[in-house]
Formats: sequence, structure tokens, C-alpha cells
Amino acid sequence: MSTFTELMQHHHAARMRSRKITNGVMLALTGMLTALALVPLFWIIGYVVVRGGKSINLAFFINMPTPLGVSGGGVRSAIEGTLVITLLAVAFAIPPGVLAAFYAARYPNRPLGVALRFSTDVLAGVPSIVIGLFAYSVLVVPMGHFSGLAGGAALAVLMLPTIIRTTEEMLKLVPGTLREASLGLGATEWKTSLSVLFPAAANGIITGFLLALARAVGETAPLLMTALGNERFDVGQIINSGILSHQSIFAIFGRIINQPVDSLPLALWKYAQQPYPERVEQSWAVALVLMILVLLVNIATRIWVQARARKLKG
Amino acid sequence: MTMQLMTEVKHASNGNAPVKVNVKNLDVHYGSFRALAGIDLAVREKQITAIIGPSGCGKSTLLRSFNRMNDLTPGSRTYGEITLDGGNIFAPGVDVVDIRRRVGMVFQRPNPFPKSIYDNVAYGPRLYGIHRRRDLDGIVERSLHSAALWDEVKDKLGQSGFSLSGGQQQRLCIARALAVEPEVILMDEPASALDPISTLRIEELMHDLAHDYTIIIVTHNMQQAARVSDFTAMMMIDDRRAGRVIEFDQTNVIFTRPRDKRTEDYVTGRFG
Repeated sequence: MSTFTELMQHHHAARMRSRKITNGVMLALTGMLTALALVPLFWIIGYVVVRGGKSINLAFFINMPTPLGVSGGGVRSAIEGTLVITLLAVAFAIPPGVLAAFYAARYPNRPLGVALRFSTDVLAGVPSIVIGLFAYSVLVVPMGHFSGLAGGAALAVLMLPTIIRTTEEMLKLVPGTLREASLGLGATEWKTSLSVLFPAAANGIITGFLLALARAVGETAPLLMTALGNERFDVGQIINSGILSHQSIFAIFGRIINQPVDSLPLALWKYAQQPYPERVEQSWAVALVLMILVLLVNIATRIWVQARARKLKG
Repeated sequence: MTMQLMTEVKHASNGNAPVKVNVKNLDVHYGSFRALAGIDLAVREKQITAIIGPSGCGKSTLLRSFNRMNDLTPGSRTYGEITLDGGNIFAPGVDVVDIRRRVGMVFQRPNPFPKSIYDNVAYGPRLYGIHRRRDLDGIVERSLHSAALWDEVKDKLGQSGFSLSGGQQQRLCIARALAVEPEVILMDEPASALDPISTLRIEELMHDLAHDYTIIIVTHNMQQAARVSDFTAMMMIDDRRAGRVIEFDQTNVIFTRPRDKRTEDYVTGRFG
């Protein structure tokens, strides 16, 4: 009978070599496939930067669109429209989304909590064009016209599942004793949620907003049926004329959101279909602007979240 | 603060102190599971009462009954009574917020709020409508003094509670509990997540606090129970897995001449 040491020495050399080879092959394979997964990402970014970069200059950001053949045209209407629609979507989606998440995290087993979790899962799987159709039938048709308001509402519905689920998950990560410590001092559930749970989970919650936002900013399908697009959409001009005719802030705001509104994805879609090379080049530039916008939102949020985390660590 | 100073202020153990909290025939159920059965316990005023026993015997459940924290667990039901200065805390019409103000709690792991040191301590007082800066300043300083933390943090009250070490964080949590001037302080293994030196400081602090407060502590650590407490309740699960107090006496009796064989086995480390 051989001892373990004798057997091991007998098999050791061959085994060790084959183990090392397997390990090396697998490592190389993993590295190669990781690189492969990065190819489309950098390809897209590189292609958009190269193609779009040619038509980008300051005028492209600050000028309104011009008729075909007139040079110096920009996409100010689309940038302004995208900001208006996105801000509306955020304003519509965050309050109900966050409150619903607090409810679901606190009462996961109550009927309403179960229903909420189920319906957010379903909603997350609904194609965005269906959400556009929904906004079309409940907002555009009754109002009688396309509007930024309807566009914002459609994107809000699109953002809701992400906001609810990430907020809920982040709240669940907060240690239960933190909640108990607050309740143990005599705080109400509401006060505890607001001044202990929310700050403790805020970084994750904000990252969730960002994810939802980044996704919504690039949505085109729902906007086709709601915001429609409007090359003459000009917030500055609306405000100026409103002030000149002594309209209230609310009336001016109403005019901004109550008419068809342009947006970057819509402009991209529209320009890319036109048979004129000039327009197609512009559509690449719009794609670049859209990417830069999302990137800026990303970076700004990261900086803010990191600064907050540092402050909390002291 | 030096060790010597701390030992000087050791409070007096008094077997005849008046009863502050009285548990009578307490049962706690979680759904169909009976976690505690027939608990009787008389906690004496300004004494330290330790609850010891093997894991899963219901120590924490009992502790969480004293400030009705079990109310927060879905499906929990409580029978029997706990009186605080003679009044049943489970009686209809009793304000649970008032109970929780009078019975403060310190948890196993330090759990400061994601706020500044100052705001952690001021959190409780603010809940009760105290907002004047001068009033809060006084409360914060007094509470941090009582928790033996003031000298270490007085120059950085605006910094986050997380910037402190584990032991300091736990003392911050004690200060936070003291800020609403409770009468009873519950401590659920308050030093089990701390290093030995921080543990010692917490134990010394408990001695100081026992001058003014009634303290109930759950601990897994026999030496700790022997070092800090005046009374000890030994808990075990019965054959139906319900937690019971099998022996309750002055700590020196429990540790030197227990009546129950199981207590003796447990405190001498033969099982558990």
C-alpha cells in the first residue's frame, strides 16, 4: 500500500503540467472573449465620434435647424426639447417611484407590495413602443395634439420600473438595526424613512435614477407617438414672447410643455432617413451629442455620489 | 479617561433596590412558534441585569419585549405583562413612542445614522420638538460626556459618525440613546463586535451609567456577565423549543453557587 505522499509524487509532475496548461488556456480564452465583448462598445463610440465629429462645432449646439441647403444649422431645438422632456419625465417618475419603493421594501408581503413587485416586473418587459401607444391614447388623443407633456409622461412610465426596483433593493441593503434604532428613539416610520433610511441608501438610489435616465434619454419609439418632433421648438423664444405679452410663469411653462417638442433621438431618426448626405452627416453629429449628454449626466452623478460618500466617511 | 478613574466610580450593587421593570408570565409567539414561555423577571432600579444563555434561547426576544420592539416583527404576539414603574407597557392606550423614549436601546453592531456626530445625538431630542440650537448643544454635550466620548469628539462634532472607530461608534450610539433621558437602557451584546480594549471601555461605561439608569444587557460572554452585572437571568429552551428563564438571582450567586445544574454547566463552560 502506497502512502499519499508516494502516490502524489508519482502523479505529480504530469498532473501539475496539465493543470497549468488548462489554466493558461482558460485564462487566455477569458481574456480574448472579454476583449471581444468590448469591441462593439468601442466600435460604436469610435465610429460615432469619427463620423459625427466632422459636423460638430459650437454653432451646431446653439443654432436652430436650418432648411436644407442653408449652412450653419444646428440642433438647439432638439437639445432643448430633450432637456424639457427628460426633466418632465424625472419630475413625473421619481416621486411615485421612490414612495412605491419605500412601501414595497417596508411591506413586501402585503397585497399591495406583492402587486407592486409583480407589476414592476411586467412593466419592465413592456416594449417602449407600447408605452408610447399608451401615452398616445390616454394623453395625446384626449388633448387633441402631440406634446412634450405626453412625451415626458411616456418616458416616466418607462423609467418607473428601474427606479422602483433599484430603490427597493438599495433600501433592503440598509441594516435593519438602523431602522430599529430610529424607531427605538420614538421616531415614526415616515420620519425614519426620510431621515435615516433614505440618506443611508441615497447613493444607490441616485445611481438607479441615473440608469433609468440614461435609458430614457435615448428612447425614440415612445416619443414618435407623443412628442412628435418640432424643429421650431425654441424655449428662449417662448419665454421672450411670453414676457413681452405679460404672461404668467405658469402660462409660459404651459406653452413650453403643451406643444410638440423636438428631441435628439427624434432628430437623429428623422435626419438619418433623408436622402441628403448633409442631413445624414448631421444625424451622426446628433448621435454624438446624445452620447456626450448621457456621458455628462453619468460623470456628474458619479462625482456627486463620490463626494457624498467621502463626506459620510469623514 | 484612565482606568483608575473609571473603577473609582463603580456603582453599588444592591439586592434590595426597588423593582423598576417587572415581567409577569410573559409569552411571545412568532406565528405558530412560541419563542418565550412563562417568563418572570424582576429588574431592579439602577442595577445591571444580565441575560445569559445559549444561542437561540430567546435572550434577544426577551430584551426586545422591554421596549416593544417585537411589535415591529410581523406575526409576533405577546401575552402576559411587563410593568414599568407599575404600569403595564402592553396595556391598551399606552403610547409605544413614550415606552421607547423611557426604554432606550443599544444594538450589537454599532449603528450610527448616516449623519454627523452632533446630528446622531440630536436626532432623538429633535423628534420631541427640541430645535433651539442652545438647548441641543447642551443635550449633545451632556450625552457625549455621559457616554465618555466627549473629549474624543468635541472638536469634530460636524464629522460623520462613520469616521469614528468601532468602539467610539458604539459609545456614540449609547450617547444617542442617552439624549432622550431614558430610564432603562437595553443592550444587545453591545461589545460583541468590538476589540478587547473597546469592550473594557463599554463595560466601564456601563458601571458609570448604572448610577442613573437601569440597565439590561444580553451577553454571550460569561466573564462579561460576571464582571458587569448585579443580577443574572439564565435562559434555556425547554423541550418545545420555547425560551424560559431557568434561574434568576444575584450574579455572584449564579456564578458561585447556582441551584440549577444546567446553569452550573453553562457558566462553567461545560456546555453551551
